[in-house]
Amino acid sequence: MTPSLRISGLAFAYPDGYQALFGVNLEIAKGERVALLGPNGAGKTTLVLHLNGLLSGGEGIVEVAGLPVEKQNFAEIRRRVGVVFQDPDDQLFMPTVRDDVAFGPANMGLSGSDLDARVDEALAQVAMSEYADRPPHHLSFGQRRRVAVATVLAMHPEILVLDEPSSNLDPASRRELADILRSLDITLFMVTHDLPYALELCPRSVVLSEGVVVADGPTRDILLNDPLMRANRLELPFGFDPRNVPA
Amino acid sequence: MPSPHTHGHDVGERLFVHRHSTIHRLPAEVKTVAMVLFIFTVIMTPPNQFWAFGLFALMLVAVAAFAKIPARVILPRMLVEVPFIFFALLMPFFGSGPTVEVWGLSLSQAGLLAGWGILIKGTLGVVSSILLAATTPARDLLMGLERLKVPELLVQIASFMLRYTHVVADEMKRMKLARESRGFTATGIRSWPIIAQSGGALFIRSYERGERVHLAMLSRGYTGRLPQLVAVTTTPTDWVTAMSLPAVGLLIALTALWIQR
Repeated sequence: MTPSLRISGLAFAYPDGYQALFGVNLEIAKGERVALLGPNGAGKTTLVLHLNGLLSGGEGIVEVAGLPVEKQNFAEIRRRVGVVFQDPDDQLFMPTVRDDVAFGPANMGLSGSDLDARVDEALAQVAMSEYADRPPHHLSFGQRRRVAVATVLAMHPEILVLDEPSSNLDPASRRELADILRSLDITLFMVTHDLPYALELCPRSVVLSEGVVVADGPTRDILLNDPLMRANRLELPFGFDPRNVPA
Repeated sequence: MPSPHTHGHDVGERLFVHRHSTIHRLPAEVKTVAMVLFIFTVIMTPPNQFWAFGLFALMLVAVAAFAKIPARVILPRMLVEVPFIFFALLMPFFGSGPTVEVWGLSLSQAGLLAGWGILIKGTLGVVSSILLAATTPARDLLMGLERLKVPELLVQIASFMLRYTHVVADEMKRMKLARESRGFTATGIRSWPIIAQSGGALFIRSYERGERVHLAMLSRGYTGRLPQLVAVTTTPTDWVTAMSLPAVGLLIALTALWIQR
C-alpha cells in the first residue's frame, strides 16, 4: 500500500544560508501514529513546513499518498496534509468557529449543504459542535486547540500533522485532546517535546537532530535508550518511567 | 499565551445589540447603502434650514425606536464624536464677516452657521453609524461590504482586524504587566522611550503573527480569496424597506434646498 508520507533525501537551507535539514528519510504507513522528537533547533518545524509545500526549493522528495509535493499539486497536497499549528490564535483567523472550520473545505470548492455537513462532522469529531457560532477568542485555550484540529479534519486529510499539540494545555485539556486524537481513524504525525504524550499516543517515534533522523523505532525503546536520549537533549519529566506505563 | 476569555469584549460584538426587529433582519449591504445615502441627503441640506435637521433627527429616533435600541445605548456611544466637535466649536471664533455678540463674545455669523452645520451633520452621521453597528453583527457588515464589491483585500484586512484586535490587546496587557512587575511606572517624559520600545516590540510580534497566520491560511488552501460562506438573498422588499429612509431624507433635503433658493 502507498505510504501516507514518504520523505527521501530531504535537505534544505534557508535563504540566509542556515542549513536546517541534511537529508531526511522517513516513511509513514497509512494509519500509523508517529511522534517526531528532537531538541529545539533540530529542524522539526522546517520539516513540517515541507510536508505541504510551505517551504521548498531544497533537495530531495516529499510525497503524500504517492503525490509529490510540487507546486502544480499544492491544492490537492494541502487538502491531504492537515497541519495544526502550535498557537491556535494563528490557526483560527475567521470571525466564528463555523467560518473557520469551513475555510478549508470551501477553498476546496465545497459549498451549501455539503459544506455544512463537513463542518458539523469535523466539529462533532472534536466535541465542539455547540460552539460553532462563537468567536474563537471566547473559547478556552484547550477548546481553541480542538477547533484548530477540526479546521483541518474538515478537509478529510490523508495525514494529520500536529505541532506541539499538548503545549500550554492544562492536564484535563491535554487528556481530552489525547482521547480525541486516539479516536480518529487517520495517519498522525506529531511534533512534540512532551515525551509521555508521545508514548501515550504514538507507538513509533522518530528523533530528528541537527537536520537528520538519528533514531526511528518503537517509542518505548527510544525513551528507554539512555545514551540516545542524552545525546539529543531529550529528557523524561521527573519521576516518569516508561516501564511503568502499560503497553 | 492568551488567557481564556469567555466574555465578549471585542469591538465587533460590543457594538451589536441583540434584538428582533425588521431593521435587524435586513441584509447588511442593504442597510449600509441606505445609511450612506441617508448621510448624503443630510450633507446636502443647507445648515440654515434648521427644521430639516429636526426632521432628520426625528427619523433617526424613529429608526432607533423601531429597532428597539434605547437611548442609553446610543448616547454614550456618541462620545466618539467629541474630538471632531472641538473643531466645529472653534469656527465661530475664527470666521470672518459680520459678527454677533453672545455673552460678551464677538462671534462670526458665518462661522457660527458653519460650526452648527458640521456639528449637526456630524452628529446625525455618527448616530446613523451607531444604529447600523447596533443592528448588524460586525461579521455580517463585512460580508455585506464584500457583496457590495468593496475591494476584497480591504474587507479581509478589516476582518482580520476584527479577529485580532483582542489578541493584540491581550498581548499589550501582558507586556504592561511584565513591565510593571519589574518596577516600571510611567512617570512623565522619561518613561516614553520604554513605552515606545514596547510599542515596537508589539508591532514586531504582530507582524510575525501575521506571517504565521498567512502560513496557516496557505496550509488550508488559501489562494487570495476568502470563500463566500453564506448565501444571502436580498429581496426587492428589503431594498424598498431600507431605501425609505434615504428617500424621505432626499425629500427633506430637496425641500430645504428649494426654500433656500
